[in-house]
Amino acid sequence: MQNGSEPRKHTISVMVENKFGVLSRVAGLFSARGYNIESLSVGETLDPSVSRMTLVVRGDEFVIEQVTKQLHKLIDVIKVTDLTDEGHVERELVLIRVNAEPSNRAEILRTAEIFRARVVDVTPVSFVLEATGDEGKLEALLELLRPIGIQELVRTGKVAIARGPKTRVRRVEAPKKPRVADDPKVVGFAD
Amino acid sequence: MKMPGARIVLECLKRQGVDLVFGLPGGAVLPIYDALYDFEGLRHILVRQEAAAGHAAEGYARTSGRVGVCLVTSGPAATNLVTALQDAMMDSIPIVAFTGQVPTHLIGNDAFQEADNVGITRPCTKHNFLVKDGNDLGPIIREAFHIASTGRPGPVHVDLPKDILVKEWDLVWPERVQMRSYNPNYDGHPGQIKRAAKLLARAKKPVLYVGGGVISADASAELRELAELGQFPLTQTLMGLGAFPMEHPLSLDMLGMHGSYYANMAVHHSDVLVAIGARFDDRVTGKVDAFAPNAEIVHIDIDPSSISKNIKVGVPIVGDCRRVLVKLVEAFREELKDELSPVVREGRRQWAAQIAQWKHDVPFQYEWSDDVVKPQYVIQEISNATGGEAFIVTGVGQHQMWTAQYYKFKHPRMWCTSGGLGTMGYGLPTAMGVQAANPGKLVINIDGDGSFQMNSQELATCFTEGLPVKTVIINNGGHGMVRQWQRIIYKERYSAIDLPQIPDWVRLAEAYGCVGLRVTKPSELVPAIEKMIATPAPVILDVCVDKDECVFPMVPAGGANTDMILTPPTREVRDKAAKSQTGF
Ligand SMILES: Cc1cc2nc3c(=O)[nH]c(=O)nc-3n(C[C@H](O)[C@H](O)[C@H](O)COP(=O)(O)OP(=O)(O)OC[C@H]3O[C@@H](n4cnc5c(N)ncnc54)[C@H](O)[C@@H]3O)c2cc1C
Ligand SMILES: Cc1ncc(C[n+]2csc(CCOP(=O)(O)OP(=O)(O)O)c2C)c(N)n1
Ligand SMILES: [Mg+2]
Repeated sequence: MQNGSEPRKHTISVMVENKFGVLSRVAGLFSARGYNIESLSVGETLDPSVSRMTLVVRGDEFVIEQVTKQLHKLIDVIKVTDLTDEGHVERELVLIRVNAEPSNRAEILRTAEIFRARVVDVTPVSFVLEATGDEGKLEALLELLRPIGIQELVRTGKVAIARGPKTRVRRVEAPKKPRVADDPKVVGFAD
Repeated sequence: MKMPGARIVLECLKRQGVDLVFGLPGGAVLPIYDALYDFEGLRHILVRQEAAAGHAAEGYARTSGRVGVCLVTSGPAATNLVTALQDAMMDSIPIVAFTGQVPTHLIGNDAFQEADNVGITRPCTKHNFLVKDGNDLGPIIREAFHIASTGRPGPVHVDLPKDILVKEWDLVWPERVQMRSYNPNYDGHPGQIKRAAKLLARAKKPVLYVGGGVISADASAELRELAELGQFPLTQTLMGLGAFPMEHPLSLDMLGMHGSYYANMAVHHSDVLVAIGARFDDRVTGKVDAFAPNAEIVHIDIDPSSISKNIKVGVPIVGDCRRVLVKLVEAFREELKDELSPVVREGRRQWAAQIAQWKHDVPFQYEWSDDVVKPQYVIQEISNATGGEAFIVTGVGQHQMWTAQYYKFKHPRMWCTSGGLGTMGYGLPTAMGVQAANPGKLVINIDGDGSFQMNSQELATCFTEGLPVKTVIINNGGHGMVRQWQRIIYKERYSAIDLPQIPDWVRLAEAYGCVGLRVTKPSELVPAIEKMIATPAPVILDVCVDKDECVFPMVPAGGANTDMILTPPTREVRDKAAKSQTGF
């Protein structure tokens, strides 16, 4: 198909049956048809029988149209939404292990503060920072840390949700799962 | 009442209305074969290789309109089946395939005859299931048949671990299948249907382009109504053949790479092109930029992903061909209440004249010979002898294309060929399935000497199961289609295409208890065909044909449909083709 528009990044939200093999169906579709996934994250939704996948895919309008149609064609896929041009919030979490020599520890902490990143591990020569945000913010943070020396980087991939009220849903009682805090053996939380 | 999983599988098949299963046993499915031993109302046909079970199920499905079923064991049997699954996937054929699997607790252990069956079949099925809990057997089998036969039909695979088959379970049989994630859309959008009707009423050069979806939808009658009502010229894809009678005056025969000159010219010059259950395959469009460049395109298809995949479409209609055609005929009648404008009427008159001219100028043609049998002539005589009333199946290659060009198809669901995957070896096993679904009917497998050898072991099945398939081997001593490409595009550098006259087909037939006949001269052909048809046993009719014959017209891959090569090409044409070649 001839190109109809410039390729760009799309954030696609896919509700799937929470069944064995569904991740490989989605991943297989992308490799079989030669589309690139830039990131993919999966998790349960309010309804434990449904999972939500958030995919970031690059492509022009025809490619994205095929991607969404092909996703929809998978039998276990319940709903596909391209959030890109809808109002939505997207977030990603990164963990960054960065060199922290005495000479630049203060600078790192200042930078972290500006980006509301937190220090979650400290050694005499390194920090691990945790930051969340949209792509722009995280890229900016990484750019500032790069000259100091990033040793290691882990990203969750993007998650996204549409803005505004969608549909009113009935209030559901929270399922009565035993809470960790009720367990006397548990003394604290790894927050 | 509790019963072993194996028995549940059979009970479910019976409730599902299955009367016939093609299969081959082995360790992991022994419980099912044991349950089959005294199970009533289910015929099992023992094939000689698992791919044949899959193809037979395809032939059964395509000609009966029901879901075809096959059953094989784990590991190598499941992997043997893969070709047939992909074949059914490409051609949208509804089959359900059961494979055995090692017991649940051994899965992932590299156990004997273990393969990751669902991992392997995932991309070549519409959907697949691994049964991990015996209580799911009924619901899964129900869903498997539902998914295979609804929406865009296709193959579904169910993997059955041995322990699930052995343990006892309650039979769970949901009366209805309801899936929140799968609800195909059957009714086209009324607004779009109206737009299509308006376009057709204004078209000066309309063409209908009809594909396999019309066969799946059993929409031939509705199609004919539309075509005749509007006097629309109509061309069919390889998969659509039979949707509309070839001898109808509006028929333009097949389009595409080996389609007719007049179909390709008509599509190219059309101003409104209505694609009905066809998927704009690259063997149809040729170079996409040059395909129907001036046409407003309407596309009726049940699968949204078929629409605007290869060619941008102006009026997409997602729905079932039959339901949409009913509405489209209504809407078009509505348009006809106002008289067509004089400009349109004059345009239509000229269009009809132009098409008649194209048909007259370049029909399908070949040079006659008194000495050597021309392959096209064989097809013509089979067509004459059967009056278009036989079930026809083919292998893949030149003989397949000549059959598409020269056989006068009359009815839907009487034609099986491997279009999308182009699977050599498809012919005999598929014909077997067709014969099993249509006992007492004439089933002819028109095969190539190369293709036939890829599944010739099934002659044994034909013989032992009483399936009197008639095979005509268009014997050109080689891989003719490959030879044709080497001749035209690779400057006659013939490489690995000769199949010396081995085996002796007549003796091979006899070795399998079948009847063998041979024809080497044109004058022997008609009596031999008559004899073949009159023989109650399976027959091989070996017809030695001219090996230099090529399939024309031919659009070199990647070329525009107007760049058809019509006759054996001159050196300049060959050089040009060599430059534009993009693969085979
Ligand atoms: C050697 C060789 C040469 C070939 N040359 C040619 C050639 O010259 N010309 C040619 O036409 N083909 C040729 N083919 C076949 C080609 O590769 C394709 O298989 C074929 O063109 C596809 O046919 P189709 O478009 O009818 O689609 P099919 O594969 O039959 O697909 C059917 C379409 O209809 C839709 N559909 C299914 N059910 C319904 C329903 N109920 N309602 C609505 N829509 C439905 C499906 O979603 C799909 O899009 C050749 C194949 C081989 C092996
Ligand atoms: C399984 C498989 N292998 C290879 C091919 C490539 N191929 C396409 S046509 C053809 C030659 C077929 O020869 P034959 O069956 O004798 O038919 P002919 O063209 O001679 O009529 C080959 C090798 C194929 N389509 N399928
Ligand atoms: Mg041959």
